[in-house]
Amino acid sequence: MSTTIIEAKANLDNALNAEGRQIPLSSVQITDYDHRQTVGKITVDNPKMICRDVNVYYTGKQALKHVSIDIGANEVIAFIGPSGCGKSTFLRCLNRMNDTIPFCQVIGEIKLDQDDIYDKSIDVVQLRARVGMVFQKPNPFPKSIYENVAYGPRIHGMVDGKAEMDELVRASLERAGLLKEVENRLSEPGTSLSGGQQQRLCIARAIAVNPEVILMDEPCSALDPIATAKIEELIDELRENYTIVIVTHSMQQAARVSQRTAYFHLGDLIEIGETDQIFTNPKHKLTEDYITGRFG
Amino acid sequence: MNKVISSPDPLQRNIKTIVNASLPRRHAAERRFRWYGLIAVSLGLAFVVLMFGNIISKGYPAFWQTYIQVPIQFDPAVIDPQGNRDPQALQSADYAALVRAGMRRMFPAVEGRLELRALYGLVSSDGALELQNRVLQNPELIGAEQEIWLLASANVDTLIKGNIERSLDETERPIKDNQIGWVDQLQAAGQIEKQFNTILFSSGDSREPEQAGIRGALMGSFYTLLITFLLSFPIGVATAVYLEEFAPKNRWTDLIEVNINNLAAVPSIVFGLLGLAVFINFFGLPRSAPLVGGLVLSLMTLPVIIIAGRAALTSVPPSIREAALGVGASKLQMVGHHVLPLAMPGMLTGSIIGMARALGESAPLLMIGMVAFIVDVPKSFTDPATVLPVQIFLWSDLPERAFVERTSAAIMVLLAFMIVMNGLAIILRKRFERRW
Amino acid sequence: MFIYLFLSLLLLSAGAYHLGRKRAFVVANGHIRKLHSLPSFYGSYTALWCFLPALIVFGLWITFQQGFIIDLVVAGMPPELRNLPPDQLNLVVNDLKNLVGGNFVSSAPNPAMLAAADHYRHLRTVGNAALWVTVLSLAILGVVHAWRAISPTLRARNRVERVVNVFLIASSTIAIFTTLGIVLSVVFESILFFQKVPISEFLFGLQWSPQTALRADQTGSSGAFGSVPLFAGTLLISGIAMVIAVPIGLMSALFLSEYATPKFRAVAKPALEVLAGIPTVVYGFFAALTVAPLIREIGTSMGLHVASESALAAGLVMGIMIIPFVSSLSDDVINAVPQSMRDGSYALGATKSETIKRVLLPAALPGIVGSILLAVSRAIGETMIVVMAAGLSANLTANPLEAVTTVTVQIVTLLTGDQEFDSPKTLAAFALGLMLFIVTLILNIIALQVVRKYREQYE
Repeated sequence: MSTTIIEAKANLDNALNAEGRQIPLSSVQITDYDHRQTVGKITVDNPKMICRDVNVYYTGKQALKHVSIDIGANEVIAFIGPSGCGKSTFLRCLNRMNDTIPFCQVIGEIKLDQDDIYDKSIDVVQLRARVGMVFQKPNPFPKSIYENVAYGPRIHGMVDGKAEMDELVRASLERAGLLKEVENRLSEPGTSLSGGQQQRLCIARAIAVNPEVILMDEPCSALDPIATAKIEELIDELRENYTIVIVTHSMQQAARVSQRTAYFHLGDLIEIGETDQIFTNPKHKLTEDYITGRFG
Repeated sequence: MNKVISSPDPLQRNIKTIVNASLPRRHAAERRFRWYGLIAVSLGLAFVVLMFGNIISKGYPAFWQTYIQVPIQFDPAVIDPQGNRDPQALQSADYAALVRAGMRRMFPAVEGRLELRALYGLVSSDGALELQNRVLQNPELIGAEQEIWLLASANVDTLIKGNIERSLDETERPIKDNQIGWVDQLQAAGQIEKQFNTILFSSGDSREPEQAGIRGALMGSFYTLLITFLLSFPIGVATAVYLEEFAPKNRWTDLIEVNINNLAAVPSIVFGLLGLAVFINFFGLPRSAPLVGGLVLSLMTLPVIIIAGRAALTSVPPSIREAALGVGASKLQMVGHHVLPLAMPGMLTGSIIGMARALGESAPLLMIGMVAFIVDVPKSFTDPATVLPVQIFLWSDLPERAFVERTSAAIMVLLAFMIVMNGLAIILRKRFERRW
Repeated sequence: MFIYLFLSLLLLSAGAYHLGRKRAFVVANGHIRKLHSLPSFYGSYTALWCFLPALIVFGLWITFQQGFIIDLVVAGMPPELRNLPPDQLNLVVNDLKNLVGGNFVSSAPNPAMLAAADHYRHLRTVGNAALWVTVLSLAILGVVHAWRAISPTLRARNRVERVVNVFLIASSTIAIFTTLGIVLSVVFESILFFQKVPISEFLFGLQWSPQTALRADQTGSSGAFGSVPLFAGTLLISGIAMVIAVPIGLMSALFLSEYATPKFRAVAKPALEVLAGIPTVVYGFFAALTVAPLIREIGTSMGLHVASESALAAGLVMGIMIIPFVSSLSDDVINAVPQSMRDGSYALGATKSETIKRVLLPAALPGIVGSILLAVSRAIGETMIVVMAAGLSANLTANPLEAVTTVTVQIVTLLTGDQEFDSPKTLAAFALGLMLFIVTLILNIIALQVVRKYREQYE
C-alpha cells in the first residue's frame, strides 16, 4: 500500500485543521515518497505508547514516513539504523521535543496510555515530565550535582521541604548508580564529573521526576567502553520501573540491552521484532544487509 | 547487582497529578515573564519612536522661514549720493535706512521712537545685506522701486509658526501687542509668506536665529572627517593586515591586541585630553582646527576599523592564501592580489560605520576648542571650525524658541547623514556578502 | 596651498613609476626574464625614492614652519611688545595671526602690529617658496638616484616589500603610541596638579569648587579640589542609567532570542540598535529639553522639589542610550549557552521561563556581569548627555531629583573657555581625566577577562 501525494496532502490538511497549527499549509511543500511496508509484529500485549501512521516534515521535507509501532510497558526497545534514517527524529516525537524546532511538523497519532500526546488538551510540560529524555552528549546544567538532580522535582513542585528533597536526590542518584561516587561532593558542579558520570547524572536527573518512559538518544556515543558498560547495566536495572526507548548506532548495544528492536531506513520503519530474531534471523533484506555490515 | 529501594520510595509518586496541580500557576508565571519581555522590547522601541517623533516635530518647521514683502525704494540719495556708482560707496551705503523707509511706508501711521523701533524689529537685520547684494549685482536698481521679500525676524517667524502664546501677558512674550497687530495686517494683505529655508544650508552660525545656518558646521565636519578617513583607513587596514597576516605570535603583538581592544572602550573625552595635551600644547597645532579634530577622531576610529578589518580578513578562507603561495607569489603579493581585495568590502563596511560614529562624536572636540562661535564657513583644514554635533550642542544652549527649532533641524540633518552612512554600510555588506 | 604641493608630489611619483618601469625594460634589453623582479617593482622602487624622502621633509617643514616664523616675527617686534608677559604676548600673536588672515581684530591695529604682520607675510612667502623648491628637488634627486640604481640584479621586489613591511609594522604601533600618549599626557599634567594640590585632598576631599581660583594672585586661589562629590554624582547618574538599561536591555535580549518569531526579531532587533547609532549630543538635547522639564513638571505636580537639571533626567536618558549596548552584549552571551542546556531543561518538562530563569541566566551570568561592567564603564565615560542635562555644582547627595555634577562635566567645564594652562583649575581636569581613564580601564579589563573566560567555558 503506497500512499499517493494527494492522500498525504489531505492527511496533512486534516491534521492541520484538527490541531490548528500556526504554519500555513501554503508554506509547506509536501513530497511524499513511496514508503515501505513494515515487516514484523508492531503491536504488543501491554502497550505503554501506541504510535500510528506518524509522519514528520522539516520545512516540507519528509523525515519520517507512516511509522506505526507499539512500545510495551517495562520493556527496553532499541531503534537502530544508518544515520539519517529518522530514528532520532521519531524518538523526539515521543516527548514532543520536536516542538522546539521551528518548521517541524508531526502528523499522526501517538498515545501515552490513553492520552493522545499531540492533543490540545495535553500540556507539553506534563508530557515531558512523564516522558523523560537523556541526550547524546551529557548535558548537566552548570549547577551543583545536587541542584542538577533537584531541578526537575523543584520546577514541578514535587516535594515539600528540604529533608524530602534530600531523600529524593539521594534515591535518584542511588538508582542511577552514582550515589557512591558523588556522595561526599554533592555541592560540586555537575560539570566536574567524568563523561560517564555526567551521563549517569543526567539519568538521575531524569528519573528524579519519576517519569513513566525514558527516551535515550544514543546515550553512550560520547563515552568510553567502561562508562558504556556501566550505563548499559543501569538501563537493564531501570527496566523494572520504567519503559525505555533507546536509539543507538551500535548493534551490539541494541543486542545487549533491548528486548525488541526496530530497524529504520530512510524514514521508513523497515522491520520490528524480538531482538534475538532481528539479529539472528532478519526477515527484510535491508535489515539483513545492515546487520551483516553491508552498509551503515 | 540487586538494589533495594528504601520504602516508602520517594520516587513512587503520581507525576501526572502533581504536575497537573502545578500547571495553572506555572503557565501564569510563563505568561507574565513573556509579558515582561514584550514590555521591555516595546519600551525600547517606544523610546526610538518618541525621540524621532519629538525631534522631527520640533525640527521640521525650521525648514521653512517667514519672509515679509516690503516695498523698497532704492533711493539714490542714500545709496549713491555722488552719483558716480563708485563700488566702494555702494558697498558702504546705509541699506538699513532703505529697509526702515520701506517699513515706514507700509505703516505710515506709526510714530515715536519706541513704536518705530518695534516696527523695524519685524524684519531681520539681514535685510540690509540682501539689498546690498542686489545693488552690487545690479546697479541699475538704483532709483527703482521694488517689492522685495525680506527675511522676517525670528520672533515674527515664531509667531507665524504658532509657537508664541498670544494670550500671554505682553511682558511675558518676546513679541509685543503692536507688533502682533502689524503682523496680522501684513498677513491679511498677503505680505507674509513662508519660503523654503535656504539660509539654514547656505550660511554659517549667527547670533540671530533667523540668519543662523549649518553650512559652517557641515564644512567643518567634512574637513574633519576627510582627515579622519585619510589617516585612519590606510593605517587601520595596514594594522589589520599586519596583525592578521604577518605578525608573529609573541608578547609584542599580544600587547598591541590588548591595546587595541582597550582603546575601543576608552571614553571619548580622554581622547580629547590627549589631543589638547599632545597636538595643541606640545606640537603647537592651531586650536579649533579641523586638522586637530581629524587627528583626534582618527585615533578614536582606528580601533573600530582595525577590529572590523581583522574580522574581514579572517573570513577569507586559508585555501585562497595557499593557492596564491602555491603558484609562487610572495606573501605580500598574496595579500595584495588575493586576500585584500576579498576582504575589502568588509573593511569598507567597518570603516563607514566608524566614520558614522566619528561624525556624531562631539565630546573630544570640545576639548580642542572646536566649540567656539564661528560665523565664517571654514575654507581649509586649519581654519577655525566647528562640526555639526558641536553646533547642535552650542545651539541647544540658547534660549530662543527659534534656536530650539533650528537645533532640531540640525539634528535631523545629522541623523539623515547617519542613516545614509549606515545604509551604505548595510548595502555594501549585502552586496558583497560571500559564503565560502 | 600645501595641497597643491602634495598633489604635485603625487603626480611626480606617478611619473617616476613609469620612468622606473621603462628603465627596467631598457636595462634588460627587453628580456624581462633577465630582471630580478617584475618591471612594476622597479617602477614602485623609483616612485618610493621620489615620494618618501620628499614627504618626510615636507611633513617636518610644515609642522615647524609656523612656530619658527612667529619666533622670528616676535624677535623683530619693538621691545615694548616683545617684552610682554607670556599670556599677553600670546594675545598679541593671536591678533597678529588674525591680522594676517584678514580677520577682525580685537582692537584697531597699531603701526607696530601692521609692520609685524607684513614681516610675517613676507617670511611666510619666502618659507613657502623655499618649501616648494626643497620638496620638489628632493623628489627629483630621489628619482635620479633610483634611475641610476636600476640594473637587472637590483632586488627591487625585496626592497619595495621591505618598505611596505616597515609601513605595516609602523601602523600597528600607532595603537601603542595612542595609549602611551594618553597615559603620558594625563599623567604628566596630573603630576603638576598634585604638586599644587595634595593627592589626599583630591581623592578624599568632600568639597569641589575650582571656580574660586579665578586669578592667580588671589589669596587662597587654590580653590577646593575634593573629587568625592564628582564621583558620587557620576555613580548616581550611572546607577540610574543602569537601573533603566539593565532590565530593559536584558529582558529585550531574552525576549528576542527565546520568544520572538524570526520575523519580529528581524524587525525589532535592528530597530532597537538604532538607539546605539544616535549621536550622544542628540540624547543630551532630548534630555535637556524634553525629559528634564517633563520630570520637573511631574514632580512638582506631586509636590516634590525637582531641580531643573535633575540627576534623574540625565540618568534616564543615559539609560535609554545604553539599552542596545546591554541587549546586544547579552544577546551574544545568551546565544553562547549551548542548545543542549535548553534541551535538557525542556526534556524535564520545564516551561520556557523556568528554563530561562533557572538554567539560562545562571549559565550566562558571568557573561552578563561582564557586559554590565562594560556598560557601566560606558556610562561613567559618557560626556555629552551629562554636559547638557546634568548640573554644574558639586552636590554630595543621593537624591535623584537634585542636580549633581559628574567627572566628565567638570573636565569639559574646566577646559572650555580661556584660562592659563598651568593653573590648578586646568590641571585638575587632567587629574580627573587620569582617574576616569584608570577606572574605565580597570572595568574594561575585568569585563573583557570575564567575558573571555565565559566564552572559553562553552567552546
